[in-house]
Amino acid sequence: MADFEPKIIAFCCFYCAYSAADLAGSMRLQYPANIRVIEMPCSGKTDIRVLLEAFEDGADGVYVLGCMEGDCHFLKGNFRAKRRVREAKKILDEIGIGGERLEMYNLSAAMGPRFAEIAREFTDHIRKLGPSPVKLKPGTATEKAPTGQ
Amino acid sequence: MVESKIAKILSKGQFLVSGEIGPPKHADPSEIKKHATLLKDYVDAMNLTDNQTAIVRLSSIAAGVHVLQAGGEPIIQMTVRDRNRIAIQSDLLGAYSLGMRNILCLSGDHQSFGNHPTAKNVHDVDSLQLIRIVKDLRDEKKFACGEEIKGQEPRFFIGAAANPFADPFEFRVMRLEKKINAGADFIQTQCIFDMERFERFMALVRERGLHKRAKIIAGVTPLKSARAAKYMQQSVAGMIVPDEIINRLEKASDPKAEGVAICVEQIKHLRTIEGVAGVHIMAVMWEDIIPTIVKEAGLYPRPKVE
Amino acid sequence: MIIAEGKPLVEVAGLIKDAKKVLVVGCGGCVTVCLAGGEKETGILAAELRLLRKKEGNPLETVEVTLTRQCDPEYVEMLNKYVTDDVDVIVSLACGVGVQFLAERYNKWVVPALNTKFAGGTVAHGVWEERCGLCGECILYKTGGICPIIRCSKSILNGPCGGSQGGKCEVNPETPCAWQLIYDRMQALGKLELLMEIQPPKDWSKSRDGGPRKVVREDVTIDG
Repeated sequence: MADFEPKIIAFCCFYCAYSAADLAGSMRLQYPANIRVIEMPCSGKTDIRVLLEAFEDGADGVYVLGCMEGDCHFLKGNFRAKRRVREAKKILDEIGIGGERLEMYNLSAAMGPRFAEIAREFTDHIRKLGPSPVKLKPGTATEKAPTGQ
Repeated sequence: MVESKIAKILSKGQFLVSGEIGPPKHADPSEIKKHATLLKDYVDAMNLTDNQTAIVRLSSIAAGVHVLQAGGEPIIQMTVRDRNRIAIQSDLLGAYSLGMRNILCLSGDHQSFGNHPTAKNVHDVDSLQLIRIVKDLRDEKKFACGEEIKGQEPRFFIGAAANPFADPFEFRVMRLEKKINAGADFIQTQCIFDMERFERFMALVRERGLHKRAKIIAGVTPLKSARAAKYMQQSVAGMIVPDEIINRLEKASDPKAEGVAICVEQIKHLRTIEGVAGVHIMAVMWEDIIPTIVKEAGLYPRPKVE
Repeated sequence: MIIAEGKPLVEVAGLIKDAKKVLVVGCGGCVTVCLAGGEKETGILAAELRLLRKKEGNPLETVEVTLTRQCDPEYVEMLNKYVTDDVDVIVSLACGVGVQFLAERYNKWVVPALNTKFAGGTVAHGVWEERCGLCGECILYKTGGICPIIRCSKSILNGPCGGSQGGKCEVNPETPCAWQLIYDRMQALGKLELLMEIQPPKDWSKSRDGGPRKVVREDVTIDG
């Protein structure tokens, strides 16, 4: 398991974590290359569906980064994200993937070092958990379903 | 023609004493017979509960037959929880044919309190509508649908319940009046611990002259222990138990004797309230104590009825 | 509106366990408003089912469609092009009406993804409460606009029963006693005396009774 490199998706709020990621970069802070950052207009935009689909598409771990509580640009988006993450964790437990593969963190745009720290911590955490049970099964080809009417 | 023994006693202005027997959760009638034999000389009639607290028990009408056979006078409790108007009227005809002459019309405890909480309740009619149905069967010789009864009609002495301790307080008396308007001949109250509130209730009853239109039988319950009193205070909806009663039971060296003493005091007090026509002693799981209470309250022997 | 809530995921998964391809059909009516079966919930359910099956090594193909309403044949028709031969099961996120309309229209195995709860409204965001018992003969004019049929736990028409204390129902201390509400409102409106009228037994034949009830409006029917 030592050579397992997890694939991790980080849904980052534009107003805090996305800038913090930039800052971490310009400060030349080291953090694991396992993290794929996805910019969100607000952590509150991170719907349960996209969290689940990240796992469906092969993520071993997913986390959501939102502003410090009370500092959301849209007032309550990060609280909504917190509840959605809580709900999605339940679903992951029910499915058997494990809610512990999904987390939410709060930080501000000025916290470049914290961004790098979370990335390291979470990567270690997922590395210990091992690959997502979804990936261990055969027939992993993802069939994208059409949507809408 | 009055066929009910309690109707005769009440019409003479004699103070009525009734008791209560909870039928067993099995098919053996020996306990009912034993209690009926024990109580028949100490109470004028005995209520047979209808699946009380929504727990399946031997049927109240069947239990009434055992009481009759033992020489007692049954008051059949009937709830609208488990029967629609068809079953209700059918059971009323059946009960009358078996010799029952008194009925107490009730809503019934909600099934969620009982041992079949997933059952579907009926509530086709409510307790007030049941009173009217029993009255129309008797006085109009008509079924609830309006169809005439061609033959013997069931002639019940009609009872209803009143709870002076439920809310809204002011409406309790209005609803009692509504029940009397619907046809109730006698009223049995919820067991009384808060005498002050009951006095206020009776004052409103007298103000409206309701005690002259129906006989009001005050409910009492002897308490075995402070624990039982606390349970009544905290867990039984629509019940007020003053702390003073709990304190007395807690301090008593013999709580059972104290419970009896409290009950006897309550009965003696109730006899002094204008408009109270009798007492109904609900000794839950303690039926054996009723003779002692009746004697100590000075209500023994009971009047003989032809 | 009709209020529904999602069945547990494992239950829905069990209903489609032999299927390879399912059509997951949302409804744009009541269940969208009560956040149980709209486009969003349809997407989440489909993702949950796919993920679960992928984890089990038995991948599931889903097709998601959310109809404007599932309780009108002209909208149901819009599903035609999605109901292909290889669809094994149709999962409906509508109320029980929608599920039946789909089952009537298509020769496919149709399963419900929701439990249809009641006719109610939103009392707070994320909280819905029952208001109407669909009894078929409205008596709200007698009770100050508060329905005892559905809000009283014993459907008492001449209430309240002896279990009303402190304004609450004995069945659940969270539930207001409907008859306390009626009493308070009638008193506030100065119409308390109306409560002294004895309400006769209700005509339940207008309620759930003998088979499905039907409403026919001659003025809007279209002759064949």
